[in-house]
Amino acid sequence: MRHLLSAADLDAAETTGILDLAEEMALVQGRPVKKLPALRGRTVVNLFFEDSTRTRSSFELAGKWLSADTINISAKGSSVSKGESLRDTVLTVASMGVDALVIRHMASGAPLQAARWFAELGLGVHVVNAGDGTHEHPTQALLDAFTLRRHFRASQPDAGRDDHQPFAGRRIAVVGDITHSRVARSNVELLTTLGAGVVLVAPPTLLPAGVDTWPVEVRDDLDRVLGEVDAVMMLRVQRERMSGGYFPTPREYTVGYGLTRARLGLLRPGTAICHPGPMNRGLEISADAADSAGSLILDQVAAGVSVRMSVLYLLLGGADESGAVR
Amino acid sequence: MSPTSPLTSTPTTTDVLVLGADLAGAGPANLLIRDGVFADPADARPDAVRVDAYGLVALPGLVDLHTHLREPGREDAETVTTGTAAAARGGYTAVLAMANTSPVTDTAEAAEHLLDVGRATGTAQVVPIGAVSKGLAGEELAELGLMARSPAQTRVFSDDGRCVADARLMRRALEYVRAFDGVIAQHAQDPRLAGPDACCDEGPVSGRLGLPGWPAVAEAGIVARDVGLAELTRSRLHVCHVSTAETVDVLRWAKARGIAVTAEVTPHHLLLTVDELLGYDPTFKVNPPLRSAEDVAAVREALTDGTIDVVATDHAPHARHDKEHAFVDAAPGMLGLETALAVVVETMVRPGTLGWREVATRMSSVPAHIARLGGQGRPLAVGEPANLTLVDPTRRATVDRAASVSLSRNNPWHGRDLPDPVVATWWAGRATYGR
Ligand SMILES: [Zn+2]
Repeated sequence: MRHLLSAADLDAAETTGILDLAEEMALVQGRPVKKLPALRGRTVVNLFFEDSTRTRSSFELAGKWLSADTINISAKGSSVSKGESLRDTVLTVASMGVDALVIRHMASGAPLQAARWFAELGLGVHVVNAGDGTHEHPTQALLDAFTLRRHFRASQPDAGRDDHQPFAGRRIAVVGDITHSRVARSNVELLTTLGAGVVLVAPPTLLPAGVDTWPVEVRDDLDRVLGEVDAVMMLRVQRERMSGGYFPTPREYTVGYGLTRARLGLLRPGTAICHPGPMNRGLEISADAADSAGSLILDQVAAGVSVRMSVLYLLLGGADESGAVR
Repeated sequence: MSPTSPLTSTPTTTDVLVLGADLAGAGPANLLIRDGVFADPADARPDAVRVDAYGLVALPGLVDLHTHLREPGREDAETVTTGTAAAARGGYTAVLAMANTSPVTDTAEAAEHLLDVGRATGTAQVVPIGAVSKGLAGEELAELGLMARSPAQTRVFSDDGRCVADARLMRRALEYVRAFDGVIAQHAQDPRLAGPDACCDEGPVSGRLGLPGWPAVAEAGIVARDVGLAELTRSRLHVCHVSTAETVDVLRWAKARGIAVTAEVTPHHLLLTVDELLGYDPTFKVNPPLRSAEDVAAVREALTDGTIDVVATDHAPHARHDKEHAFVDAAPGMLGLETALAVVVETMVRPGTLGWREVATRMSSVPAHIARLGGQGRPLAVGEPANLTLVDPTRRATVDRAASVSLSRNNPWHGRDLPDPVVATWWAGRATYGR
């Protein structure tokens, strides 16, 4: 693996490999001293053009626990407004002897463009997409898959389910603003790669153009979907969408597409509840749902570090000949 | 013609005798260039420079209705000198220069200034397009009449880059230019449906890439409104860079109804599709965006049947750093002058859809007529201005953006094998390109 730019670039075997290694990394999190020497002397830069405390600290911890030197660079605001081109900004950072560049950008495609510029110049820096515009957020999808895989393996409601195919036959609902959600795009790619069925539930204004060509089911009746799925992934509603004419009022949104307390009763026992955070409690998800027994929201956060450790480790070649973690 | 032919240094006082070229599909004949016009080949002086053009096609010098020269204001992207050199390299003898320069061409003085710069430094005729609205702001009419009556004799008015979205202003503009036989060239983009961020044809690709969508109806809707206004005002409307099948349908309807509307298509909309965007390469960011394969088929068919009247380049040079941003932030536009005929040969001539006579019509005489340019787009005949492009219909080459004579390098054809038709260009009897 040269870069991690898109969940679409990962096949099932690669994904499973990342998740399996993340399980090993998770063991480290339980130790009193949470440090592996694997990436000692390597440098990982978090280049964030857009704020995200959660994702940034998760990558930072992942790097630190692998003993890499991690630096955060905040390039807030559009590079255009600062007068410097994106190409100049990323090349400047990459030229400082960096091994991996974790890029978050408000524009779709920016990390892919960076990777192409590096390739053109023969720079060996590895790029990780930490969220690009409304395109993708592949490590979020990996951590979601990690969390769900653990949950499915633990619950095993159907006898005889193959432990090696934990997603086979599962149906996962992704609910809310699909159009603007990089989390949704990456999850659609990754979950379908793993063999799960994905059901998108959203008002038509928040469904992306061409969604009929995606390998998913599209529904608009959340109440009828809830009893048919093994997991519900609630998406954050962004504030600017509320005034953008995508739906009439927050109240109407909640009535139509919020995971309210009443809707909890429609879930089958053992149905997982996920949310990429930060949550708008009371809008897309009720406090009852967020804090319920089925909620995996905090597990997702913990999984984030393990998964990012796994990704950095695989990209930076920390494995020895046998593939074992040093 | 020999590659060592000293065409570019041919003094205009010497006769040039072009032998055996196929005159735009009418069959082989000789042409004599003398004192800037075509003369009777039988009168050629014995010392005439003889150009062997057997197997080549002679076209009247091409006329581009839609060029961005960037001068004044962005001379780091293109100048009149480099832009017209690119034009000559592409077989053009006249370019209409869009008004969205800095300052905007929205006064008689600005138009006249550009005319003078063109005369002083151009290797093709530079015809200023006037802005429709002051500062392209879309609020008040620019001094359309003064520009028309200036030495620039502006007849084409456009806020290109921006749509004249206000229906009342568009109506007034159409009404007003009727007094001096002007035409309003509209960049059709409903700003509420396809706002400033819109950069990808709205469809499966925009949905997958997470790029702001630019729906086809944002173009067709404005065109539908504008043909209605053109009918109401009995005035001339020209639709810039038609990109969608829906717009073609509207144009077909309007023409059947007898409305005075003309339309252009760019080379890139004739060949490239939205799939080029899958790598987020800003070279392929253009406005209107590249569309689907169905749209490409529709605009080709419309160009064939005359629903779309002309090919225009929308030559849009950009400095490198303006393209090296994230896709949504990068400047829209691509180079076009040097490769336009190549793309038309590839998409229309080689498949047998258009003959050379139609190429001459759609790339020279009709654009000249739309812009009311008397001295361009004329037949290759004795007494006419010697605007001539010699074309090799068989030659191909791999496009190399480094070989461009434009100042810019945002060339979407880089690395692509395409026809390389233009052999030589004469503008008013003066050799402006030759190899
Ligand atoms: Zn335009």
